[in-house]
Amino acid sequence: MNRSTLALALAGSLATALASTAFAAPLAPEKMAGNEKCYGVSLKGQNDCAAGAGTTCAGTSTTDYQGDAWKAVPKGTCVTMKGGTHTGSLTPIKS
Amino acid sequence: MSLAASQEDFAQALLHAERPLPAGITTARGQPDAARFAVYRNNVYVGLTKALAQRFPVTERLVGAAFFTAMARLYAQDNKPASPRIIDYGDDFPAFIAAFEPAAELAYLADVARLEAAWTRAYHAADAALPDLSAVAAMAPDALPNLRLAAHPSAALIRSPHPVGSIWGAHQSATVPPMEAWDAETVLVVRPDMDVNVHIVPAQDGIFAQALFGGAPLGEAAEAAFAHEPAFDFGAALVGLHALGAFAGIHQGDVP
Amino acid sequence: MTDAATRSDCPPRRLPSHLPSHPPRHLPPRAGLGLKPEHYGHVLEHRPDIGFFEVHAENYMGAGGPPHRYLEAVAKLYPLSLHGVGLSIGAARPLDKAHLSRLRTLVERYKPQSFSEHLAWSTHDTGFLNDLLPLPYTDETLARVIDHVDEAQQAIGQRLLLENPSTYVLFADSTIDEIDFLEEIAARTGCGLLLDVNNVMVSSVNHRLDPRTYIDRFPVERVGEIHLAGYDETVDGAGDRLLIDAHGSPVKTDVMALYEHALARTGPVPTLIEWDNDVPDFATLQAEAVRADALIVREAARRNRQTRAA
Repeated sequence: MNRSTLALALAGSLATALASTAFAAPLAPEKMAGNEKCYGVSLKGQNDCAAGAGTTCAGTSTTDYQGDAWKAVPKGTCVTMKGGTHTGSLTPIKS
Repeated sequence: MSLAASQEDFAQALLHAERPLPAGITTARGQPDAARFAVYRNNVYVGLTKALAQRFPVTERLVGAAFFTAMARLYAQDNKPASPRIIDYGDDFPAFIAAFEPAAELAYLADVARLEAAWTRAYHAADAALPDLSAVAAMAPDALPNLRLAAHPSAALIRSPHPVGSIWGAHQSATVPPMEAWDAETVLVVRPDMDVNVHIVPAQDGIFAQALFGGAPLGEAAEAAFAHEPAFDFGAALVGLHALGAFAGIHQGDVP
Repeated sequence: MTDAATRSDCPPRRLPSHLPSHPPRHLPPRAGLGLKPEHYGHVLEHRPDIGFFEVHAENYMGAGGPPHRYLEAVAKLYPLSLHGVGLSIGAARPLDKAHLSRLRTLVERYKPQSFSEHLAWSTHDTGFLNDLLPLPYTDETLARVIDHVDEAQQAIGQRLLLENPSTYVLFADSTIDEIDFLEEIAARTGCGLLLDVNNVMVSSVNHRLDPRTYIDRFPVERVGEIHLAGYDETVDGAGDRLLIDAHGSPVKTDVMALYEHALARTGPVPTLIEWDNDVPDFATLQAEAVRADALIVREAARRNRQTRAA
């Protein structure tokens, strides 16, 4: 595609998209939740308690434990496919 | 011993459990006590591993608390916070996980951690107004290919061969629903205003988004996307990404 | 309500339901709480009757986002105390200029009614050690801390309150008593002191000292704020009681009694409830503040009775 053809194609595509959608301006936050119909898939996260770690000037009575992680095996949630197929090598690990 | 030397001695004993107690510490009984000194080591390492667990809760659920703590403790041994801003701690943890052999079985783990690291960065990132795209539509077509879009300061793109967004999304509730499919995903993490949002970008737009975030002008990014996916819809992709708040500025020439 | 508590020179038992839009220059002599992200929404929606809020400076050193927006809103409604945990005033190495500059930016932006830091160190070549580490009390460390407090006060443009630490070990090298050490720093730098009553209990039990004697000797005229918190308890290698400054539970009964003893000397002083680990719901925190407020009001009343009797 040469340069002016590309420019025209892009401009046309943009005009079409702007005409067919109602959001030349960014979406208001309250519209974002139902946005999966418009573009991509919006995932629902938890924003109310999610600043990540903060500082503390407190101590702890929990003991530091240097586990031998090289011998440990992950034992978390098992990500499964619909229909019961396990994905990849993610078989549930039995202790 | 000078204060500098004694603090170095104290720090070395603190950081390495196998080292002897620092010289000069004692108790009211007149003898040093290892259990008392260990409180400081507990405070440092338990504090840092807890900080990682708070920043990477889905990563922790994916491997379980015991494995996560062991992995985080190893990371903390060689990676202390660069500054007292603990909000930044763990920026390199996803890279550590990617190279962490015991977790190699969970190929997607590091990408989930990347998403979680991006989440906190977005939360604390600079605020920025979102530009109006209609100004771009009003420009002469020839100007369009040379435009560059500045990524929003809060925005990050995670391109993964795994369904990293779907896995993360499935872990936002107490019970983890089964996955619908197992496809590569491109995830946009962005905070256009007060809330951090996580979006799975349409598969055919991943290359385009990556090129724009890498600083490529619109024309070059579109050509890269067309080359990979002839059905790529430039207008829909640009308007869609922009509507999610991915960009903070539109520039002719280089992004300042 | 007692007669004394209605007098204008007493701390008000309740603030008016509409708080003043411009908080006063100083923290009020009331109980305050640490402002936690999980309570931002509750505080702004319900505007609970709390004397002041305190935040850790380092948690507001991000470029933007919700933390700053919430803190701005809260600081318009309540007096604010900025509490630093990472300046490492007790370190042999120089203060981190970049960190001082970040602190100054925060102080200029939020104009807190108080800024406080710890008599401790936490910086190392390998990075930030994320704990408040102890230092020996000697002429060398005294000179170093005085220089650092001077530098910090210059850099942030505000008086600093220096907090007494919780410690788990002693230093054989120490030649100066902790209270004399703090008093000398305050006298030489003009800084105020933050009296952490829980730290007094923790250190006194850990080092077989009498916590009441510590309070009785403390230079109360320099105290600008008091801290209260819950400790954890364990034993050391010899089976001796070992208290840990854990900030994860209600203030213990013996610390409340020690606080009452301290108030009798300091008079009504702004008093923070610190609860940083396993943060409970806001009502639980508020109940802790109510307990402290009741003791402050009682002390104010006691002082008024004394004044009238004299």
